[in-house]
Order: sequence, then structure tokens, then C-alpha cells
Amino acid sequence: MYNFEFEKPSTVADAVSALGGEDAQALGGGQTLIPTLKQRLASPSTLVSLGGIPDMQGVCIEDDGSVAIGGATTHATVASEAAGSYPALAALAGQIGDPAVRNRGTVGGSLANNDPAACYPAGALGSGATIITNTRQIAADDFFEGLFSTALEEGEIITTVNFPVPQAASYQKFLQPASRFALVGVYLARFADGVRVAVTGASEDGVFRWSEAEEALNKEFRPDALTGLSINPANMIADLHGSKAYRAHLVSVMTKRAIEACM
Amino acid sequence: MTQVSMTVNGKSVSGDVEGRTLLSGFLREHLSLTGTHVGCDTAQCGACVVHVNGEAVKSCNMLALEADGADVGTIEGQANADGSLNVIQQAFQDHHGLQCGFCTPGMVMSAAALLKENPRPTEAEVRKYLEGNLCRCTGYHNIVKAIMAASGQDVSSIAAE
Repeated sequence: MYNFEFEKPSTVADAVSALGGEDAQALGGGQTLIPTLKQRLASPSTLVSLGGIPDMQGVCIEDDGSVAIGGATTHATVASEAAGSYPALAALAGQIGDPAVRNRGTVGGSLANNDPAACYPAGALGSGATIITNTRQIAADDFFEGLFSTALEEGEIITTVNFPVPQAASYQKFLQPASRFALVGVYLARFADGVRVAVTGASEDGVFRWSEAEEALNKEFRPDALTGLSINPANMIADLHGSKAYRAHLVSVMTKRAIEACM
Repeated sequence: MTQVSMTVNGKSVSGDVEGRTLLSGFLREHLSLTGTHVGCDTAQCGACVVHVNGEAVKSCNMLALEADGADVGTIEGQANADGSLNVIQQAFQDHHGLQCGFCTPGMVMSAAALLKENPRPTEAEVRKYLEGNLCRCTGYHNIVKAIMAASGQDVSSIAAE
């Protein structure tokens, strides 16, 4: 990889300042960024580590019952510390990569990267989370803008992600065993005011909500409610691991499993 | 160049590194601790697993400067104080938990991290935990057996298929 300067600020303000430099880039846990740098697909002049900022660490329960997770919190920490307050999200975090990757990778890094097969985008969109940055709050519905693309501006940092806790939720991941990303993953959350279904790994545009399934489940919450519904394969990802039609089919199968897990 | 300081296997060490220097590179090239292996260099294979502040991480996927001030443990620090093999290493020897041996340092370090958080894992739990450690000899059965034996469990009924 090309060389770069390295900075590790201890406050969000200092990190924002460091990211104001030319070609500066934020470093979360580095589990995607470092391999990207090795392939010379990115060549920042400065990497600004977000791993030394205490305000961006940890899991806490807010007064309204939602779970607030610091942007630099690792998957392993979420898997253990959110297990009591939001078990489905903790389970999602516990299925990312492998144990050593989970000890470094962060929720903020995963969301900011918005890999089309990553797990956290489905968890955030399915939960209707709020992504809180150093400048504003962004609803998950407005955050994900397609393949590796988000509403984040240059130098904007995800400081906290706030997850409302549903009555029931389940993440069903069909594992691509070599990469350990989702071949297809469905995050289903059932709130008092409706059901949300978020799908990752499937679409060429990245994570999306399956609104037809949500409407059907709002009328009747059982696996049969999906009968007759299908995903149009045209926009699905096709690669050596699965065709468009295969992924479209998997979306229905994984959604049904998520419904069953929530009953 | 920036100075980095950390504790490695209980000793304070420091060195001048570039921003891009990986923790695996610092251990191997600056400290000559070549027991930490670099297999794939893409964070897939787990041969480079070390402990940073007690947690297993892939040292080829972490910058050396990110470990500044950390307590790092490598395979060189696993043996007992008198130089004899520790319980995990001895179990790998007793149960033939290695063939070519390339993946072994990472396997031992992952096994140590597993047994710290789960002292008596089931066979399924061991296999699950080793998802990120690849053995190209495919010698997994005896690796799993060794780790279970190291946890004090009877492995006589586990068949080496």
C-alpha cells in the first residue's frame, strides 16, 4: 500500500479538524479499509483513526428505551453488550466475519462503507435507526444511497447510531462462506406501528426495504402472508456465488425464516 | 517515521514505523518475532492472529500505530516460563494438531482467546470460533480435538475422520 500519515485524535472535534486536510480519510476498525489500501484502491494522504475517542465507544440504553451505540464500537462489543437490550441486533453483530474481525470492525465503519453485502446496513435500515454524526441526525431511510454510497459528506463522522428496539426482530443471514458476508441477509423488525423488512446482499443498489412484504405483514403477520409476492430479479446481484434469480428467491426464503423466528 | 511503543509478551518495545506499517510487519521485521505468520495478507486465513489487549486480532489487518500503548501477545509468549509448551501447545503436539504447521501460531492464539472466554467449549463452538483460521492441510479434526483436550475434556470418543 502507499504510505500515509497517521493521526489518532482523542476527541470528535480533533478528528473533524484532522479530516479537513486534503485527501484525509477516517479509519474505523480497518477491516475493509486496510485490504482496500493494500490493493491500492484508495490512497489517502492521512488516515485519521477514530479508535481513540472515548465518546464514540460503547452501548447504552436511552430514556426512551432505544439502544445507542458509539460509532467506533466493535462488533464483538455490540454482540455482548447489546445481547440483553436488543438481542436480534447483537446476534447480527455476532455473525459478522470471524471473531478476530469482530474484535476490530466497527458499526460506524460498516455503515459508512455501505458494502452491498454487509450486515449492519440491514440492521440499521430494518430497525429504522438514526445515524448521528458530528453535524446532524440522519434517518436510516435517508442514509443509504446505493452501492458504497451514503448521505455522509466529506469528513463527516458517525459518532453514534441510535436503534429503536422493536417488539420482535430477527436477522436471517445466508452466509457466503468464503467472504463471510451475506449472500442474502434479511433483517425483519416488528414495531407496534408496523413491520420493517430490510434486505442486504441481494440488490445491485445495496440495502433496500421490501415494501410489498411489509404491507402484507402489516395486514397479517405470518409466513403465508408472502404467498404470491416475489422480488423482481432484474436488479439483483449476479456473480459466481449466485444468479439474479437465485438471490431473488433467497430473499423470500430468508424473509419467511425471519417471520417464523419472530412468531 | 513515527515512534511506536507497546508491550509485547511482557516486554516494553518501541520502534520507528511508517503510517502503513502493519502490526504483523512490526512484529516480524522490527522485532524479529517471526512466529506470527502472514499467510494471505487479506485477513482471511488467520495465520497472523495475535492478542491485542487480550483480544484476538488479525495483525496483518491492523496498523502498528493502532497498537501504540497496547499489550500485545504473540505465539512466542505462549510457552511456560521454563520454556516448556503450555497446555494448548502440548495438546497440539499430543493430538497431532498440525501437519505443515504454517497455520499453527494463529490456531494456538485463537484457541487461547476462545478458552479464555469459554473454558469448556463444545466441538461445535470450537469449529465456529475457528471460522477465521484456515488450515490448508485441512487438518481441522485434530486441531479441534487438541483444543478440546486443552480445555480438560475427554476427547477419546471424538473420531479423527
